[in-house]
Amino acid sequence: MAIPRFWREIRQRYKGIGVECKNCGEIYFPPRDICPECRRESYKKMEDYELKGTGEVVTYTKVHEPHPEFKDLSPYVMAIIEMDEGVRLTGHLVDVDYEQVERGMKVEASMRKLGEESPEGLIYYGYKFWPLDTHGKD
Amino acid sequence: MKAKNEVGIKGYAGYVPKYRVTPEEIGDVWGKDGKTMGKGLRVESKSVPSPDEDVVTISTQAAKWAMRRADIKGEDLEAIYVGSESHPYAVKPTATIVAASLAASPHMTAADYEFACKAGTAAFQTCMGLVSSGMIENGMAIGADTSQGAPGDALEYTAAAGGAAYVIGSDDLLAKIEETISYTTDTPDFWRREGEKYPQHGGRFTGKPAYFKHIMNCTEKMLERTGKEPEDYDYAVFHQPNGKFPVKAAKKLGFSKEQLEPGLLVTHIGNTYSGAVPLGLAATLDQAEPGDNILVTSYGSGAGSDSFDIMVTDNIEKMKDSEVPTVEEVISNKEFISYSVYAKFRKKIEGGR
Repeated sequence: MAIPRFWREIRQRYKGIGVECKNCGEIYFPPRDICPECRRESYKKMEDYELKGTGEVVTYTKVHEPHPEFKDLSPYVMAIIEMDEGVRLTGHLVDVDYEQVERGMKVEASMRKLGEESPEGLIYYGYKFWPLDTHGKD
Repeated sequence: MKAKNEVGIKGYAGYVPKYRVTPEEIGDVWGKDGKTMGKGLRVESKSVPSPDEDVVTISTQAAKWAMRRADIKGEDLEAIYVGSESHPYAVKPTATIVAASLAASPHMTAADYEFACKAGTAAFQTCMGLVSSGMIENGMAIGADTSQGAPGDALEYTAAAGGAAYVIGSDDLLAKIEETISYTTDTPDFWRREGEKYPQHGGRFTGKPAYFKHIMNCTEKMLERTGKEPEDYDYAVFHQPNGKFPVKAAKKLGFSKEQLEPGLLVTHIGNTYSGAVPLGLAATLDQAEPGDNILVTSYGSGAGSDSFDIMVTDNIEKMKDSEVPTVEEVISNKEFISYSVYAKFRKKIEGGR
């Protein structure tokens, strides 16, 4: 990933900052410039919105043939999470066994290393998810 | 060093990675009686970070929880200092990444500290100075590490990962920091040269002229300054490179095992270096009652100690309903791994692509 691209997305990756359409109230993540529902009505009405960071598992899978970047984590669990605000994100589920995961499981975002450019290069950080019942007070 | 104006802790939290490896498992690989070594060190297991965890992620998690407890937002933080001997970058601050992850940037100051195991308490003192002088309202002091011992070295049995974060301010305090004092000398007991992966140490030299001399002198000076006796304190937290040193130091100073107990985490998670004293204090605050007096003394090789006299306020009661997990709850979520998995997690072995 090029440095400027990673840098541009830091707010989204670290803090889960999306946008809220002040015309219809819909939340979008990643951020969009225009609300696809309200179109030009939403012009200049898209404001920053920070996701609370909690949501639940919609569906999930176990990855045995990892991307080389994630080989030390293999096998790992990827999931689609529906955040409390309704937006859906794809992310790693960490600190959890595949057998423990179930649809509807409450999860919370936590910052982890997503990868690195190279051993000498930039480290990429961003959100992954962990179960709320073992990592917080549900 | 007495603060000019009231200063103390508004929020705190500790985070420790979930994975554990036992001394027995490590000893098996290197032909040592790990079980006996563990008993000697009084360490039953040490924490191991997942491959996607480092000082940035540990600090961020602890800080996020500490802010939730303090009920403040990122923009309320005017300073962030992260103390560690395992910052992910040699050049590029951990603190800027943590600040961005807390939405504290850009109108704030940030820096990384390094002072072996006492870098976290050095961050406390800086925040105390800034708050009590009135320069800032709220500062974040973090101590975190993902320490490494060379494979087969004595340090490998204890070098662990974890950290804790503190919001330091002047109002709504959970605990007042009444006084701090330091004891600093040039003592070459432990070091890591630029570009080296693993540290070197002076073996038994790390004991008497290093750990004990600094902890004892610093704590004794604190007792002299406050005019208190060890029994006047409800709890004491000392740096814990293993389970033996803090207990011995406490005994010599006149503190009881009971005073140490809540903050003595090394037995379960190993030596979390810059995270050790901040985590021990966090676990102690989890159990503290209003009016409790806590004495804290850190130790960092190289060498120095920082002592703090901390008085718990009525606000600590509010923490009992907090949504943030206690240190005990965080630590109880654990999974034991083999030496091979630990070696992979810590990049002691590399897989092919």
